[in-house]
Amino acid sequence: MTSPDATEIPGLPPPASAGDRPTTGPRRLRQPSSPWLGFALRRLTGLVTIFLALLVVSFLIVQLIPGDPAAGIAGANADPADIARVRHELRLDRPVWERFVDYVGDVFSGHLGTSFKYRQPVETIIFNRLPFTATIALAGIVIVLLVSIPLGMIVGVLTRGGRRTWLDTTFGVVTGFLDAVPGYIMASFLVVTFAVGIGAVPLYPPAYTPRFAAQSFVLPIASIVIGPICTVSRVVRRETAVVLDNDYMRTAHGWRLPAHKRYVKWALPNLLTTTLTLSGLILTGMIGGAIIIESVFALPGLGSGIIKAILDRDYPVIQGMVIVIGMIAAIVNLLVDVLLGLIDQRTLGGSHVSA
Amino acid sequence: MSPRSRRHHGNPGLVLGLALLGIVVLIAVLAPVFFTGEADALGSRFAQPSSGHPLGTDAAGHDVLLRGLVATRLTLVMTVGATAIAVALGILLGTGVWLMGPRAREVCLRVIDAMVAFPGLLLALVVAAVLGAGGSSVVIAIGVAGIPYFARLTANLAAKVSQREYVRTARLLGVSHPRIAIRHMLPNMAEPLLVLSASTFASTLTALSALSFVGIGVQSPSYDWGKLLSEALPSLLAGRPFQMVGPAALVIVTGLAAILIGDGLAAAANPRTARRAAGRRGARDTERDTPVPRDEYLVDVQDLWIHSGDKPLVKGVSFGIRPGEIVGVVGESGSGKTLTAMSLARLLPDGLTLSSSRMAIGDLDLRWPVPPGLMAETVSLVYQDPGSTFNPALALGTQLTEVLRTHKHIGARAARRRMVEALQAVHLTHPERRMKQYPHELSGGMRQRAMIATALATEPRLIIADEPTTALDVTVQAEILRELERVNDRLGTSIMFISHDIGVVRALCHRVVVMYRGEVVEEIDAADLTVESARHPYTRALLAATPDIDRPVETLPGMAWTPEAAKEHSHG
Repeated sequence: MTSPDATEIPGLPPPASAGDRPTTGPRRLRQPSSPWLGFALRRLTGLVTIFLALLVVSFLIVQLIPGDPAAGIAGANADPADIARVRHELRLDRPVWERFVDYVGDVFSGHLGTSFKYRQPVETIIFNRLPFTATIALAGIVIVLLVSIPLGMIVGVLTRGGRRTWLDTTFGVVTGFLDAVPGYIMASFLVVTFAVGIGAVPLYPPAYTPRFAAQSFVLPIASIVIGPICTVSRVVRRETAVVLDNDYMRTAHGWRLPAHKRYVKWALPNLLTTTLTLSGLILTGMIGGAIIIESVFALPGLGSGIIKAILDRDYPVIQGMVIVIGMIAAIVNLLVDVLLGLIDQRTLGGSHVSA
Repeated sequence: MSPRSRRHHGNPGLVLGLALLGIVVLIAVLAPVFFTGEADALGSRFAQPSSGHPLGTDAAGHDVLLRGLVATRLTLVMTVGATAIAVALGILLGTGVWLMGPRAREVCLRVIDAMVAFPGLLLALVVAAVLGAGGSSVVIAIGVAGIPYFARLTANLAAKVSQREYVRTARLLGVSHPRIAIRHMLPNMAEPLLVLSASTFASTLTALSALSFVGIGVQSPSYDWGKLLSEALPSLLAGRPFQMVGPAALVIVTGLAAILIGDGLAAAANPRTARRAAGRRGARDTERDTPVPRDEYLVDVQDLWIHSGDKPLVKGVSFGIRPGEIVGVVGESGSGKTLTAMSLARLLPDGLTLSSSRMAIGDLDLRWPVPPGLMAETVSLVYQDPGSTFNPALALGTQLTEVLRTHKHIGARAARRRMVEALQAVHLTHPERRMKQYPHELSGGMRQRAMIATALATEPRLIIADEPTTALDVTVQAEILRELERVNDRLGTSIMFISHDIGVVRALCHRVVVMYRGEVVEEIDAADLTVESARHPYTRALLAATPDIDRPVETLPGMAWTPEAAKEHSHG
């Protein structure tokens, strides 16, 4: 669907979006550049909206603290001078709208405030921690997609139409079991086996030289990808079964196309639309997983940073990290949708939900 | 409910999942009653596992195993609470969105998408930062964080369901929106939603434990599994992994139970997997003595049987198609006409077994494996529903040229040129532009023309057209029929034309095979296809019933015809 529908009848629900409506007339013969343009505009607006929402949410964190935020933040042992200092630093002594305008102005000029605890600009703290989180999350996402799509598809093809029940059962049990293991327990297990046990990988590398850094990422990435690989490959396996049952697969069979063409060229694009729509959510969730994992491995990333900040009640840091992590997630989501659009142009129109 | 629960019995995953969950629930109910005191009792610190303390003691001297068991109740209560928040509000939001007007829906979906883009755990951390660390604040945090995810998946499901015919029909009939949601949409989404709820439960458990694990969730002196795990982490790094075993095993078992239950429900809901019990056997070509080939026929089928398990679906069908002949196969739904045709194309669905004493097209014996290339040059198919026969994800040109590139071994550009010509030949307008379009951008008639063009691409000897016009409107129907007639005229291709519309068959075909309940009851020249000259009562019933032949024939007045009575009539 390339445009808002001219044939829509007011008051009635819209006709099927990507369905079987016969389409006639020159309107349909336009070149396909417009869906991408519309997509870009829509998603750009989306990103801006998310950014504004993150601004509001992060601003509200401090405002919503029950009781007197300044007293709460300063802590139980604070004297009135401390409370006054906090009140002034967070501009709590000024009207809400004025505070918000200042906050937004600061964020736009690149100032995210000063950490209570470290007396450092928040943007410096974030900048130092960002590479760790970005590495884990992005490498993890790529690995998950590269492993789970072929895996799920192969199992789906091998078990199609009730073949090889044993494989189906084994796959279900193994992935189900691994999926049930939370990332941080998986991390603990991997630490016991590989770092403490056989000492293959350093648990806490002596210094973050490139070699040690690369090694020290192996376990954290392994612990966050195993669960999502299971989830996504199960989704792919299920979708494979659905797609293989479609009429167009019978058509491809009727045309006597060789198996690799039927599965890779015919089935895969159809699999990917649903898979990526679902996986977008799972992949976004991996950023959350990375947050927890960093704490286990004491990696100085955004995740362990935000948790430390919550426990320290270091609100400027929390606010800045919420904005940055939220934007990373939004961009990952956008990348997934661009990928979807490249695979199947119909997903570009409107919301992905119509795909 | 009863047929479904019977299916559940056969599903070991579901049974195991329910059993595991039952055990965990039992622990949650009983352990705090019996062990709370002992779990709080202090002994020696960091004790190794012993008979008194099977998993040792922690830094404060608590028994690790007992604390793990006692923590079950708090963990489960928190998980159920957070899951309930996510599921209830998610379904409400996801379904509600699809009942809105298009504009409001677009806005709401955008908002949900934006919220989904926000990692749930981060949202939970925000809530936890505001409310402060603690058990109830993380339950609210994780529950709220789960809403957008559930709402979006519900909206995905609702999008599919709301495009089904019955929902659209209900809308057109003016059925109120909440009623559509409750009566038509929710029941059809119930199974996937249940499966999603199970997986949400599992992920909620993980998330809640994770927050307790990093110290934001349950605070001392309360403890849940996550808290116990975080207390165990220093021990683990110091080389004492036992402290982690209890709570880790409980988290995993509970999560596994939820996932198994979800999968089991999904499998039971899926008729494809439920049908699996029927079993699948390979083609069972019995060595009957091969009858003499009938030279006049291009297609020669003798004594074809198709079984599903022990149930015969096609019972000893014999017929032939001469070169250049259009043979109609008529019969009501379930009469075996499509199965017969598909076995001729070697495209029988899984789970069916086939046997015949002769099945050949020209000198190609179809009872044995045939190379795909040869098969493609022998038989082509035109299917019933042009809406679903093309791959929605690929441009038409990509799909159409694939046949030529695979079987004629020619390059992309040459294949494209040939296909454009082929599309012109079947009178498809703007063939160049159609090649760049996606199937959904074409009308049903256009797609069917494209399908015929591809069917011709490999210059087959036989085209099997399985109700090619049923899904089209009448004027388009006539054009497609004319196209098939032209193909037959011009190229001399034999056509097996399957239909339940005897009027269409009479107009198009040279000869007609009438099938009823898996048997051929009459073979007749199309010219003789009148109530007066048809010999078999079923054929006459079909003719009399035209055009309204979807009614069961037996109920027609004065046509008390049974297969048993038919035996006497049968051509022998």
